[in-house]
Amino acid sequence: MTQANAESSGQRILVVDDDPALAEMLQLVLHKERFVTDWCSSGSRALDVFDRFKPDLILLDLMLPGRNGVDVCREVRRVSGVPIIMLTARSDTHDVVTGLEAGADDYVSKPFKSKELVARIRTRLRQPLEAADADLMSIGEVEIDVRAHQVRRAGQEIALTPLEFDLLVALARRPHDVFSRDSLLEEVWGYRHAADTRLVNVHVQRLRSKIERDPEHPSIVVTVRGVGYRAGIGDKEES
Amino acid sequence: MVTIALTATLVILLVFGYLLVHQIADGILESKRSASVSEATTSLTRLQQQLRSTDLRAGSLYERLNQLADDAARQSGQYQVIIESPVSGLVSGGISVESVPPELAAKVAAGEGIWTQPTTVLYADPDRPHTPGIAVGSTLWAPGQNRGFPIYFIFPESDEAATLAMVQRVVISLGGLILLAMGLAIFLSTRQMSRPIRRASIAASRLAGGHLDERMPVRGTDDLARLATSMNGMAAELQRQINELENLSSLQQQFVSDVSHELRTPLTTVRMAADLLIDSRDDSDPDMVRAAELLHDELGRFETLLSDLLEISRFDAGAAVLALDPCDVSALVADEAEAARPLANSLETPLVVRAETEAIADVDARRIRRIIRNLIANALEHGESRPVEVTVAANDEAVAVTVRDHGIGFEPSQAEMVFVRFWRADPSRVRSVGGTGLGLAISLEDAHLHHGWLEAWGRPGRGAQFRLTLPRRADQPLSHSPLPGSPDESGVEVTTSTGARRLPIVAAATSRESR
Repeated sequence: MTQANAESSGQRILVVDDDPALAEMLQLVLHKERFVTDWCSSGSRALDVFDRFKPDLILLDLMLPGRNGVDVCREVRRVSGVPIIMLTARSDTHDVVTGLEAGADDYVSKPFKSKELVARIRTRLRQPLEAADADLMSIGEVEIDVRAHQVRRAGQEIALTPLEFDLLVALARRPHDVFSRDSLLEEVWGYRHAADTRLVNVHVQRLRSKIERDPEHPSIVVTVRGVGYRAGIGDKEES
Repeated sequence: MVTIALTATLVILLVFGYLLVHQIADGILESKRSASVSEATTSLTRLQQQLRSTDLRAGSLYERLNQLADDAARQSGQYQVIIESPVSGLVSGGISVESVPPELAAKVAAGEGIWTQPTTVLYADPDRPHTPGIAVGSTLWAPGQNRGFPIYFIFPESDEAATLAMVQRVVISLGGLILLAMGLAIFLSTRQMSRPIRRASIAASRLAGGHLDERMPVRGTDDLARLATSMNGMAAELQRQINELENLSSLQQQFVSDVSHELRTPLTTVRMAADLLIDSRDDSDPDMVRAAELLHDELGRFETLLSDLLEISRFDAGAAVLALDPCDVSALVADEAEAARPLANSLETPLVVRAETEAIADVDARRIRRIIRNLIANALEHGESRPVEVTVAANDEAVAVTVRDHGIGFEPSQAEMVFVRFWRADPSRVRSVGGTGLGLAISLEDAHLHHGWLEAWGRPGRGAQFRLTLPRRADQPLSHSPLPGSPDESGVEVTTSTGARRLPIVAAATSRESR
């Protein structure tokens, strides 16, 4: 099943989709973009293929036979922070939020344009944001080592996915700025036009659950009502 | 109901009580009268005999009379005697002469016979209260002298009056008791009656309120039980029919939604294939290039139509959910206006945005953007290249956006039609922007979902204005909009046409629930 592109030393993408025509078309497009791809048509085998193929990114259809995409997403997250982009025909339903909460980084709604999909993939595969001034940053008691891609709280290392890391770094780089959801979508997700702010909301929640001592009363990623979020300087969120 | 019954009871009791008391009083007084007359007659005869057998020389006539009167009164104890002499009234028992009514005195003076008349007994002792009584008058003939002395027997009726008063008291208290008992009985029985009726009315209003599971308890076998049974039957039938309709319509909506979704996966494949064809086109064959472009463009249209259809089916299914966040509507408007610039430029239409004020409201930004995008696209499409103005304003309770064009406009009567799905003012008109015909319908649904208003104003040849009004907080009902609904009100445009009626056409139903 593996269709390695001989010319490419490019990154590896696993397509998990039960529609053979779409899967083939996706791989055609990805090959043209010099990605190496593999395809898995059922949710129940997705994890095996993941272990064998070791992709750099997963394109995951939400509705799958065997095991649904959200479950696959959750299981992958248990072992890996690999970027996951969901493919969904029903972007308005709760599935999307569930998928995001299960750990998916981003989603594209069918029907999507090839360029849009490739742009989403490239954003997720790009190198982490380069810190403008420092390799070491901190918000409150959380220390960020940008070069080593590590986050520590009180000396304890916290495992973040690349997306969560990007989100935290984006906030930490300008600790006095308030970021609107749209500006975070642009900076972290690479959306130049307005997109689904649920992406931001869900991932801020996920990030908080990892780095905050009390995620219900966040002190590191603080909500600014009516605007967005900012880095907290150790202060409690005004409620 | 209770009042009527009680009033009727009261009237009946009063009438009967009065009649009863009156009857008893009449009976007592009548028998007293006749007893008095016969007593008086007997006494008079005896007095006459005693007077006749009296030796008048042994004492004065007056003394004798006086003594006789005293004896007579003492003997019976039931009456007092007054004998009127030319000199003075001879009175027994300490009653006053004035106890004799003047009419009776006149009758006695007029002729022989025995007369009776009711009177008030006045006592010589002024502290003793007056009592009702009967006066019987006649004439006592003195022997030999051929002269008569009027004689009156005064029968006080104090005993009878006491009896009557007691009867009255008994009747009144009995009446009161009956009234009380009746009232209680009426109250209890009406409550008994009205409880099931009240329950029926509560059940009916709950049914009307959509609680189709509501039923009445059936008790007993009377009319009320039958009422409950038939109400329950009606409710069951209603529920069955509504469920049937709901099932049908949800099947239909589910079908539309499924079709739209099922179409999306193949459409994605086709779309990507078209993208691939476009990207790798060979310029040597212009027909192929054009064909690929057409394929690409039409796929875009197909896609828009599909997503609009899906959106509509979501609204129809009541599956549309708001994701409210505090947003600056001015910023959203500015964004969308900026995004519409290329279209405005290609149509050579000036796009003026007045959105300086911050207008924070709890809105679903995606939906509000879509409304604004639709309104601007619509205005550009129908604006005939004349300026399109977008205005934002806010007050304490609401945020409003108006989009005004000076294009072809529409008849005032069409202000509601513009929101109808696939409606076109002029079917022969060529679509330049290529909307799906669902844009305004979706926008209206989006506005309703926010409990907001979306209203249209239009005049043929003078353009159109759409006004979106949104509550700043989701739970706050709208009462008025910060912006006028038609441009005539604003003073921005001074109309020369006096015939232009001001017609605030509200196509938005404020009371509509967001299901």
